[in-house]
Amino acid sequence: MFDVAAKTVSLANARKGDRGVIVKVGGVLQSDELERRLLEIGFVEGAQISVLHEGPFGRDPIAVRVDDTRVALRRREANDIMLRLETAPPVAA
Amino acid sequence: MVELAAADAKATAPLPVADRPLRIALVGAPNSGKTALFNALTGARQKVANYPGVTVERKEGAASTPAGRRVRVIDLPGTYSLRARSPDEEVTRDVVLGRLPGEAPIDLLVCVADATNLRLVLRLVLELKAVGTPMVLALNMVDIAERQGLAIDLDTLAAELGITVVPTVATRRRGIDRLLEAADTTGARDASARGWSAPDAAALRAAHARAEKLFKAVVRPPARPDTWTGKLDDVLLHPVFGTAILLFTLFLMFQAVFAGATPLMDAITAGFDALGHTLKAVMPEGPLRDLLADGVIAGVGSVLVFVPQIAILFLFIILLEDSGYMGRAAFLMDRMMGGAGLHGRAFIPLLSSFACAIPGIMSTRVIDNKRDRITTILIAPLMTCSARIPVYTLIIGAFVPRTLIGGVMNLQGLVMFGLYAAGIFSGLCVAWVIRRLFMKGDSEPFLMELPAYKRPELRNVLVSVWVRLKAFLTRAGTTILAIMIVIWWLSNTPGAPVGATGPAIDYSFAGRIGHFIAPVFAPVGFNWAIALALIPAFAAREVMVATLGAVYAVAAGGEATGALGQTLHNAWSTPTALALLAWFVFAPQCASTLSVVRRETDSWVWPLVMVSYMTALAYAGAFVVFQLATAAGL
Repeated sequence: MFDVAAKTVSLANARKGDRGVIVKVGGVLQSDELERRLLEIGFVEGAQISVLHEGPFGRDPIAVRVDDTRVALRRREANDIMLRLETAPPVAA
Repeated sequence: MVELAAADAKATAPLPVADRPLRIALVGAPNSGKTALFNALTGARQKVANYPGVTVERKEGAASTPAGRRVRVIDLPGTYSLRARSPDEEVTRDVVLGRLPGEAPIDLLVCVADATNLRLVLRLVLELKAVGTPMVLALNMVDIAERQGLAIDLDTLAAELGITVVPTVATRRRGIDRLLEAADTTGARDASARGWSAPDAAALRAAHARAEKLFKAVVRPPARPDTWTGKLDDVLLHPVFGTAILLFTLFLMFQAVFAGATPLMDAITAGFDALGHTLKAVMPEGPLRDLLADGVIAGVGSVLVFVPQIAILFLFIILLEDSGYMGRAAFLMDRMMGGAGLHGRAFIPLLSSFACAIPGIMSTRVIDNKRDRITTILIAPLMTCSARIPVYTLIIGAFVPRTLIGGVMNLQGLVMFGLYAAGIFSGLCVAWVIRRLFMKGDSEPFLMELPAYKRPELRNVLVSVWVRLKAFLTRAGTTILAIMIVIWWLSNTPGAPVGATGPAIDYSFAGRIGHFIAPVFAPVGFNWAIALALIPAFAAREVMVATLGAVYAVAAGGEATGALGQTLHNAWSTPTALALLAWFVFAPQCASTLSVVRRETDSWVWPLVMVSYMTALAYAGAFVVFQLATAAGL
């Protein structure tokens, strides 16, 4: 189903224009509370996600689209979300 | 197309019309148009108060059903889940579950959903169903859904959820009658409901899966999805243009607050002055006349004079909220605010505080987390408010030379800018210290939905501004007025003895207090006159100018400030004047602000904390400035 070159990255390191599918929520920051909050606002495994905008200072926070919802969050919290990129990032770090 | 017929999932026998009003609570995610629906249901007939013991606003309004039954509608704070994280959400949970002491149980829950963003709210509906209270789903903003060509199968949705679904357009009052009809047919509590308990992550995932399945079954994605929001965001969230547009918007807001409110404020001042003069002319001389004219009328006037600024500020804030831009402003400013441990949403309240800390503190309600909110409230008065301007202008005009620096910058303007900068910088430092030392704990995650842009609806905006103004007038007004009268009394009692040569205030209690506390202020270079003038300045900072005028026996009307400046220039040393400027940057010189803090935090603790830390900063700041300036030989 997926491109063999598909890469799994943390949303915290995603750049503007990146898009993909959420493969894992929670577990990285070891906060059950944060995991539940992310789930409640729509970050759930299988959801389509794309990075729409980056903040003006230090590219933080980021604005993402999760299915039909636009959500702003800091990269710190974005650490808890893993996504499988649909296309390889333009420049590999 | 959305089918507009309300679908009843199960036949429910209408209850007999009872004497007791039916209690309806509106629950829903933020930005679902819940408040607009509340306004449409109840009109301006709203009672805004606080829930006992918490700072959460309790909004209740009245309506009646087609069958004539009275209805009490409660607008609950927006939430994605009953799992409470903030005081606001705790209230939502406790009211919904009927656990809040003093709140009667709810007869009908109206879950408000944005029809164009149904996915998340379906999970909330499933969660709410567990409570067992009869529920109706209001599919709000169906007009926008129709325009986008988004289709929702209402019958299947109602059947699958087992509740009545009513399409509504709150801003045009569409569907409101159907919603009230649904209230007439409210059934009994669902005895088979398992009751609500906080879902864990696994339960949330399971509910998501159910909601997703239902969503796919009933929603046909929009044929013409909203592309405006994306296009606008490309500009408004652009690192350069977006920031520039934000700054320009703020500039406009300030222009409106300062330039737009000034004629009205002048008119209010003139009106109350005229009223006072008339009263003095018609009433016999005596303490009662002075109390009415100088205490009550002047006191009411000094409260009402804030109204134009507050109204304009709230008009802007509500326009920014309703259009969906507020979240974008928070997004752009979050990093800067975050550096000081503040939430992105603290930005607008702090900005408002440059006009006046009162509306600034009132607008901290946009911040969910209590720690973030209290921190923002505590530093709001450090933003240079407009009442400091007369004092700054007087002292800078009298003591700072008009030298040009580098051929372009006026030293006076530079000092003025420096005072503003000192306020901002110290505010951010104080916030940082508070968050590191006193309100530890993880800062609230910045996790915020960016709603689709919408055109604000005039009626809804006006109702919201009016509700805010009423809150200011009725509650803060009474406390502020009482404090004004006390300060007036202290400054005028007892009167000057016959044949007195000094200014009357010198003989009053305020004068005695001034002389008594003068030694305390010696290390910061304040003489007794300044110490004395600080007392009535507690009513409002600009009163300082008038008091100094009285003390130095100079008529300190608007055009006479030049003369007062000259007098002060001769009476004070430059270090004293600079120390006074430093004092005013920090000092909690405004009783109105403190009374609003008490009301907003529902506690005397925070006003006391504010007075203590600000006085300490003011004294330290004035001391350092005075000693440095003296050492520098100024």
